[in-house]
Amino acid sequence: MNPARFGQAGDPPTSFVVRRVRVIDPNDGTDAVRDLAVLDGHIADPARTRGSEEEIDGDGLVVAPGFCDLHVHLREPGDGGAETIASGARAAARGGFTTICAMPNTTPPLDEPARIRWVLERARGASCRVRVIGSVTVGRAGEQLAELASMADAGAVAFSDDGASIPDARLTRAALAYLRGVGRPLVEHAEEPSLAAGSVMRAGPTAARLGLRGWPVSAELTVIERDIALVAETGAALHVTHLSTAAGLDAIRRARARGLPVTCDVTPHHLALSDEWVGGSRRFSWEEPTGEAAPDPDTAYDGSCRVNPPLASRADALALLDGLRDGVIDAIATDHAPHPPERKLVPFDDAAPGMIGLETALSLGLAAVETGRLELLRLVAALSIRPAEIIGERRSLAIGEPADLVMFDPAARWTVDRDELASDASNTPLAGMELPGVVHLTVADGRITYRR
Amino acid sequence: MIADAPRQAPARRHLLDTEGLARAELERLLDLAVEMRAARDTRTHRSLLERETLGLAFYEASTRTRVSFELAGRALGATVVDLSVAGSSAGKGESLVDTLRTLERTGVSVLVLRHAGSGAAHLAARTTGMHVVNAGDGLHGHPTQALLDALTLREQLDGLEGRVIAIVGDVAHSRVARSNIHALLALGATVRLGGPRPWIAGFDGRTGIEIAGTIEDALDGVDAVMTLRVQLERSAGAGIPSLGEYTRSWRLDEERMRHAAPDAPVLHPGPTNEGIEITAELANGPRSLIGRQVENGVPVRMAVLAAVTGAA
Repeated sequence: MNPARFGQAGDPPTSFVVRRVRVIDPNDGTDAVRDLAVLDGHIADPARTRGSEEEIDGDGLVVAPGFCDLHVHLREPGDGGAETIASGARAAARGGFTTICAMPNTTPPLDEPARIRWVLERARGASCRVRVIGSVTVGRAGEQLAELASMADAGAVAFSDDGASIPDARLTRAALAYLRGVGRPLVEHAEEPSLAAGSVMRAGPTAARLGLRGWPVSAELTVIERDIALVAETGAALHVTHLSTAAGLDAIRRARARGLPVTCDVTPHHLALSDEWVGGSRRFSWEEPTGEAAPDPDTAYDGSCRVNPPLASRADALALLDGLRDGVIDAIATDHAPHPPERKLVPFDDAAPGMIGLETALSLGLAAVETGRLELLRLVAALSIRPAEIIGERRSLAIGEPADLVMFDPAARWTVDRDELASDASNTPLAGMELPGVVHLTVADGRITYRR
Repeated sequence: MIADAPRQAPARRHLLDTEGLARAELERLLDLAVEMRAARDTRTHRSLLERETLGLAFYEASTRTRVSFELAGRALGATVVDLSVAGSSAGKGESLVDTLRTLERTGVSVLVLRHAGSGAAHLAARTTGMHVVNAGDGLHGHPTQALLDALTLREQLDGLEGRVIAIVGDVAHSRVARSNIHALLALGATVRLGGPRPWIAGFDGRTGIEIAGTIEDALDGVDAVMTLRVQLERSAGAGIPSLGEYTRSWRLDEERMRHAAPDAPVLHPGPTNEGIEITAELANGPRSLIGRQVENGVPVRMAVLAAVTGAA
């Protein structure tokens, strides 16, 4: 990928006018075709431009607030290889994201203020804003609380031991009680280790057929139920990340009905893909299955379909899509998890869990929109303003606001080409597939960070 | 609407599992095995695979399967190389794919792979150009075992259409059972699964499969019984309280076999744990087809090797 297409923080503020573009701003429900102007990095009145700005034909394009990803893995600090902060940020910019939140399961983990500052320093000049989520426990070992207030002072926007739950209920309770005072949410990777141990895909007919050990729904549900009980007692904010089960969604729906401060996100792959992909299917969750076929050697047991939590059953994926539509699921977060090929080109049991997602998130969302199961306005909200609010950012396309936006063609098709991705990694089962949605322009904080 | 004209099933480059094989393909492989059994005696096919090099890559211990593949390859004139895992680079941290690609470069044209990972044979087929024959992948499949079981049953029962075959034991963790289920269903049989509930979980609701909660129900009126080897080293973690309880509830013996059809035969993929999943009396008695299963191993594997290479 040509690096010249990427800008970075520190570039001069941009100015341009887009004529007749579909502007979507979920803040006030705007969905209208009109002109949109950016002057010196701020949204401006198109009637009051200087006349010297670049004019862009907005026909067929959508402008939306810049996307915010609550869950990415950037592999720095670490032994390197699969991704860097810089390459991950370029992938983000290309996907329309202006903020990404780096998870702390690096080597070493981000469990102290100096490491938070190190990442933020290293991310200066990257092609999007990089926020940091700190570890809840020292060394992500699940034994002792890390210095959460000090890390918050250093810039941590939330806390998580992502990659695992905090297995000890008492420690989780202590973390929530303390975080209420710190004013940051606990981001929970809900997985009961004793139920999930040894499992590599969702339990069910496909796992039984493939001879792969199945991860039961209860592995996620028991942790979510436990955490909701702890939130009810502590009053702290809980954010459940990469929700993957209908049962977990129901639990969160009930908690929110009680007024508890529980939010959640879902990944694009838990919405659009299903456990049948492990058996070689390449049909989206909303497409009717073709019926039982023998595993295709070209696609079955593909290590790129190994993710944690595992890909959902079709029924659960559709339930999650419903949850996204009705707003119980606040956000789409990618869980962008880069891995080198040698950790994926192995027997399925041995594959490292995770797939990349920054450059395909919008496309999978738009594929769902095309089925009529999701409104574009809601998709945009789940990619932009709702996740931004959860970490205390705001986004707006109102006149006078800093320009933080993405412009994309929702109908255009592109083919996912491993060699053309901005990410250093290419571990995605979507490689070779044609998807809707091409990002034309990303502007973060008034600067162009990606231009097609 | 014009019905599809009957056509020859497409030749397959690999045998990864019995799943997806149509009845005609299965019958053809079994017919070919019968032909191979005769040819082995008359030595009429001993140059059929003389251009092929068979690589035996067994990442798990095996005696009968490995030896029968070796004999099958030699009976057809193939060069046979045995990658014994101890002492090879496979034991030195080299990845499976790297090892297999090296084998391919050294001239192996047909890979016979046994590996602890489900889907390992699919991975080999996807990443190399060799013909791949699955000799057992994790918990997933063991198609040549299923074929030799099907051949044994077809000959004993005079066909499988409409027959009811019980499979008793840890079906959920058995690659033999999984491949047998596909083959038996495709050949027109009904399959009845019996065992402690966690051992038969995940198969409910499939057409042609019945689930039995007791040994009596599992055996009631069946035409044949296949029992599986209890993985002694795994029983503690396999969801049952004890081996003794399994034996009391599920061991096959002459007494319990009275629930089955008269003279219903008994199969076992071997090696047996006599006294645990089957009594010595039954395993060595007149109902037992265990010896015939072993005898059918070489001709079935000859047929598979000839079929995947397009030699027959």
